[in-house]
Amino acid sequence: MIKKQQDDDRPYLIEDPRVLTLMTSMSPHMNQLGISIESITPGECIFKQPYQDSFIGNSDTGVVHGGLITTLMDSACGLTVFSLMKEMVAIATLDLRIDYLHPAKPGLPIYGKGTCYKRTPDVAFVRGIAYNESEDDPIANTVGVFALTPGNNDIFKKFLSSQT
Amino acid sequence: MSKLVAAAIEAKKQKNPNLMLEEVPYANLIGMKLITFGNDFLCHLPFKNENVGNPLLPALHGGVIGGFIECSAIFTMLWKTDKQLLPKTIDLSFDYLRSASDKDTYALVEVVRQGGRLANVRVNTWQDTREKPVVIGTGNFILKPVNIDS
Repeated sequence: MIKKQQDDDRPYLIEDPRVLTLMTSMSPHMNQLGISIESITPGECIFKQPYQDSFIGNSDTGVVHGGLITTLMDSACGLTVFSLMKEMVAIATLDLRIDYLHPAKPGLPIYGKGTCYKRTPDVAFVRGIAYNESEDDPIANTVGVFALTPGNNDIFKKFLSSQT
Repeated sequence: MSKLVAAAIEAKKQKNPNLMLEEVPYANLIGMKLITFGNDFLCHLPFKNENVGNPLLPALHGGVIGGFIECSAIFTMLWKTDKQLLPKTIDLSFDYLRSASDKDTYALVEVVRQGGRLANVRVNTWQDTREKPVVIGTGNFILKPVNIDS
């Protein structure tokens, strides 16, 4: 995990529960998939993806499609970057690489864990794994780079104020 | 036994690649379609709100485009091979070049190399024009021989 910023006493955005609600509820696609936060700390987060028949990529085996893993890992790695923010910054996936290590087990939830190992003012570097039952037996391994753009906070602030 | 490879054989017989989609529930979840021109097809992801990742922009979820790319690659390899082979993804790499807005997205697949056991594939996706790619995907696949009779 990356070092804490010693000279910055401001709280992380994720310490505000309204922000976490926003991050999990605002994406129509993640709502459709049923993705939820399993755990989150600055620089590391885990998403949970329950199994559904509509995710199947191979109808002979019931194994979920790789695209589902891509979405889970993109989401988990993106939130991992966001978890380090103390002010609103636009986060965009620059590149994402996924190695498929073995098929997911049909019927079981999939967890996607992201870890940010380096952050600069412009980019954040994240690695992640997807797994069913144990982190020691991953389904997929991911590395991703995210571009950070200090942005217009107005939409975000407006949303937060509408939540109180 | 592979229902998908059997569907691909039937799809080629009927010259209707969309028959392959029925065996991949995930492709139906994101709502992709295949548009034929001659013996080839273009992969089409019509816009729908359920595929949005960031409603503030709005932008399609990067994972949906990734899934669309993987589906497009697999359907294209199934369509182009004469053998009973099922492509399985080894790795995929995506470069996100621009945000995908609330519009239809298209993908064209280039099979860079297809050998007996391995294939390397490059996929270009765009919305307004091919000159402005949204995401470029590259992947390696292993081609598993399958028996279509159960």
